Amino acid sequence: MRFLLDAEQRAFAASLDAMLTAAGTPAVVRAWSAGDHRGGRALWSRVADAGVFALAVPEEDGGLGLRPVELVVAFVELGRHAVPGPLVETVTAAALLTAPGEGRELLPALAAGTTMTTLAPPPTTFHPTPHTAPPPTGDTDAPAPLALDGDAADLLLHVDARGDLRRAAGHGRVRGSLDPARRLTPLLPGGALLAQGPLPEGALALARLTTAAQALGVGLALLERTVAHVRQRTQFGVPVGSFQAVKHRLADARIALDLAHPLLLGAALTGDPFDVAAAKAGACEAAYTTARAALQLHGAIGYTAEYDLSLWLTKAVALRTAWGTPGECRAAVLRER
Amino acid sequence: MDLSPSPGDEAFRAEARAWLAAHVPRTPLPSLETGEGFAAHRAWEAELAADRWSVVSWPAEFGGRGCGLARWLVFEEEYWAAGAPGRVGQNGVSLLAPTLFDHGTAGQRSRVLGPMATGEVVWAQAWSEPEAGSDLASLRSRAVRVSGGWLLEGQKTWSSRAAFADRAFGLFRTDPDTPRPHQGLTYLMFDLRAAGVTVRPIGRLDGRPAFAEIFLDEVFVPDEDVIGAPGEGWRIAMSAAGNERGLTLRSPGRYLAAADRLAALWRERGAPESLRGRVADALIGARAYDLYTRAAASRFLAGEELGAGSSVNKVFWSEYDLALHETALELLGGEAEFADGPWAEGYVFALAGPVYAGTNEIQRDIIAERLLGLPKGRR
Repeated sequence: MRFLLDAEQRAFAASLDAMLTAAGTPAVVRAWSAGDHRGGRALWSRVADAGVFALAVPEEDGGLGLRPVELVVAFVELGRHAVPGPLVETVTAAALLTAPGEGRELLPALAAGTTMTTLAPPPTTFHPTPHTAPPPTGDTDAPAPLALDGDAADLLLHVDARGDLRRAAGHGRVRGSLDPARRLTPLLPGGALLAQGPLPEGALALARLTTAAQALGVGLALLERTVAHVRQRTQFGVPVGSFQAVKHRLADARIALDLAHPLLLGAALTGDPFDVAAAKAGACEAAYTTARAALQLHGAIGYTAEYDLSLWLTKAVALRTAWGTPGECRAAVLRER
Repeated sequence: MDLSPSPGDEAFRAEARAWLAAHVPRTPLPSLETGEGFAAHRAWEAELAADRWSVVSWPAEFGGRGCGLARWLVFEEEYWAAGAPGRVGQNGVSLLAPTLFDHGTAGQRSRVLGPMATGEVVWAQAWSEPEAGSDLASLRSRAVRVSGGWLLEGQKTWSSRAAFADRAFGLFRTDPDTPRPHQGLTYLMFDLRAAGVTVRPIGRLDGRPAFAEIFLDEVFVPDEDVIGAPGEGWRIAMSAAGNERGLTLRSPGRYLAAADRLAALWRERGAPESLRGRVADALIGARAYDLYTRAAASRFLAGEELGAGSSVNKVFWSEYDLALHETALELLGGEAEFADGPWAEGYVFALAGPVYAGTNEIQRDIIAERLLGLPKGRR
């Protein structure tokens, strides 16, 4: 037993952190939220160059072979820096496209970052409310699949009611998210068949795992920023961070994040459905707890869209319910035990 | 990165499982916070020790098996999954013994550890005083130098297990004239039946004497029962807290087993929807604590100090344990309040968790100041 990241994995995290810090992600996120994808696409290429998407693509398709632990390491950093775009959807699509079919030839460009890919969750994946929107055309009874950032992505995928993977021909009008950087787009139904179901088991687990990792990174960033804030903000002549009520709220956030992190790495290592559901619930709840503390301890400034804290606050909210709500994950945990 | 057990660990697991299956009492022992239960738990320690299962992580010369942390985790999983009794010797084994391994003399180790491992001598802790709780360093009980040893004078309180235990360990002020309260303290061991010692048991919430006051009136302690140098007591007492002790005070196996029992109870009671989330949280929390402990153990084995991380650990398990028992009581419905119900003893015990071993308020201060770097303030 040696349940620790090795030197190479730690160096990978550090290099992503350095690259994303230098990229100045807050300005990129704000442009992305307004529908200007240029900065986001440039950042996407750098994320691809760092090898992140290749971690979900088989070696024979131009990738590094599926490496869940490294994916978790990468997604924690992507979350810490609030990187926009269909990150989870792209790596999940990679896992789906490895199924025999037409789609496989799309993988090299996906790994290289030239094909930004989004994916609508299958209509029946998550009980009780499918992640869907009213149909964009109005001429069918089935709700349209809803995908993240379809207006930015090159490849729009959805899994239909039969479990087949299809490439949508286009998308409807963008629907806003509580996280302005997440632009939700209804996909046109049908489209070219890329792979026949049943699709590879574990692809949806990968969506949960990477969403959880992203959420944990969001939580870490919120804690870091809030600690810095309460150290420098003074009231009654002393830093507010010297008050016990403030300290204890942040200590609780730290405890939640500290316990969620190994859950996430454990899930990456075992791939066990129990562990994956536990990690999704654990990491997203820890991030949300931290977001609530961050909002409270920043006071009114934290409640403004203008202040950069909002980029992480709103993401903690959106990721909590994306790819499996805490309730759905808790139900999955009980099914597995 | 690797969570897989070695073949040796698996063989060890099988051996532990087989032994426990053959020896764990069929019916639960009486509460260890009663005279009868204390004696029964002491006898159980002797039974464990006879086959070297009472202190698996100690070296063989003191009755252990020299298990590393990985194997200790395996043993604890098997122990609690088998429904084996609570450990009456825990204070000595998890608090005093690590201190003796780090700071004791060879003579102290050979005198103290053997009888501790068999349950022949059960130890109580004697830290708190009426005026020194969270602010432990303000303690006033004194040890005065005399020929060949020290005379103890003062009062200790909230001393777990002291109602029935044989000996105790704690901190005493040996130099009243130091500039700071943490200085001038000495760590020593004493006999609860020595002349001048009066033990007054205190009933916890359910009335059982789980702890006691200890009055000390010129109690003689020989030099050989002082651990480390006089005046170094605070450093010695605290050094173990941030290390293995912080990791091993409550094992993940204990909560993995408790969470499985809770899930079984939930199903047995018709899997009520209203408690689904809380039962799931108990399962998730146990796995999180398991993996957290494995990560911490791996860091420790790689030579890292755990330091204030042990405060994260303590707040987590104490609140986790209480939440789990509260969920169990809800599942029991009208039977929940039965004093002899299957979860009652555990619930009453869990209620104390956020208070003992450093209150959770003090632990959160430590997390905020040492892990997050927030400024010190008035508590």
